[in-house]
Amino acid sequence: MQKIYGSAAEALDGLLFDGMTIAAGGFGLCGIPEILIAAIRDAGTTNLTIASNNAGVDDFGLGLLLQTKQVKKMMSSYVGENDLFMQQYLSGELEIEFNPQGTLAERMRAGGAGIPGFYTKTGVGTQVAEGKEHKDFDGQTYVLERGIFADLSIVKAWKADETGNCIFRKTARNFNPPAAMCGKTCVMEVEEIVPVGTLDPDNIHLPGIYVHRLIQGEHEKRIEQRTTRARAA
Amino acid sequence: MPWDRNQMAERAAAELEDGMYVNLGIGIPTLVANYTGDKDITLQSENGMLGMGPFPYEGEEDPDLINAGKQTITEMDRTAYFDSATSFGMIRGGKIAAAILGAMEVAENGDLANWMIPGKLIKGMGGAMDLVAGVGRVIVVMDHTNKKGETKLLKECTLPLTGAGVVDRIITNLGVLDVVDGGLKIVELAPEVSEDEMRAKTAAAIV
Repeated sequence: MQKIYGSAAEALDGLLFDGMTIAAGGFGLCGIPEILIAAIRDAGTTNLTIASNNAGVDDFGLGLLLQTKQVKKMMSSYVGENDLFMQQYLSGELEIEFNPQGTLAERMRAGGAGIPGFYTKTGVGTQVAEGKEHKDFDGQTYVLERGIFADLSIVKAWKADETGNCIFRKTARNFNPPAAMCGKTCVMEVEEIVPVGTLDPDNIHLPGIYVHRLIQGEHEKRIEQRTTRARAA
Repeated sequence: MPWDRNQMAERAAAELEDGMYVNLGIGIPTLVANYTGDKDITLQSENGMLGMGPFPYEGEEDPDLINAGKQTITEMDRTAYFDSATSFGMIRGGKIAAAILGAMEVAENGDLANWMIPGKLIKGMGGAMDLVAGVGRVIVVMDHTNKKGETKLLKECTLPLTGAGVVDRIITNLGVLDVVDGGLKIVELAPEVSEDEMRAKTAAAIV
């Protein structure tokens, strides 16, 4: 079981093809697979459909793939931080499928758990439920949402052992576990690969069964909204 | 005098009870955290955290620790982290007692619109649709009128909905209203605001 690769390009070798669907972890710029995103830009794969809560900012994260017009469609809940996104959307170059945030997370989790669809109250009576099957349970109306089955997952964790068992740090966990689960192949980047036996088995956030390829690298970890309070005088 | 932003937040904080797990939206709702006093309130950040602390001191920002508005924050002794699917599981599952949110429009039947303006504002709903569909109580905090002076409390929403029939209580600069059968019911008026003024600035039926 050799999961460790020397670079993002090597880890992605043979996995990329035009028109593919990629599930990406991260929330805003927090916990995004920044090294793998840059490698996909360099690989030049086009017509991508990307399931990711956000679309990065103009010059970082998934915004890099918008700059190069590699993205055909985003499945996201919020894209307000990205002006380039707005321009491409308004000019018709880019499709957006808005998903409520929890629905997007659950669609990834469901796909990873072999569940093709689930019913939720979220979005009933709104645009996002239009054209979807509705069903009443115990007097309440729910809408059918589909599991996401991606060709590839790209995710970021804090530390992983050599078998891919991994832990995340603080709110950088966010969409990474569900995104990791829903891809046929999952490539993970981490800040540190540690020897097997280093991580406490009781405290593994995502078991290595979901992680197929692993790289270690330096992360910029850009802060999107630096907000502070004054120290008491 | 109608309430200002901080007074609206203070009034909204009075809705919260000891022991509640609560989600606060962006804008005026964020200010509610400043007015919870001695009450033991646990704040949820829907990206994946319970027990959200205040903003960090300068130099102590952590890129791995942000709230749902992508702002740097801090953790507390009670903090727990989890993934976004688990986070929305607790929202959809009704474990969060209340959400306090801003709005562009609220209708007399409790319909809420706060996520898009067709042709103008195309940012996305984030977690708002999940929150209004799942939490125990939805409290809207907003100005009574928009920048043009038009009421935001309507017979029917004109903008795309975030949720249908989801709002329980509305706190505006003019007072507090509940969504009840047949329309809105005035619960409280801000100081020096008359019922006539409230009615004049509300298109929704007041019962």
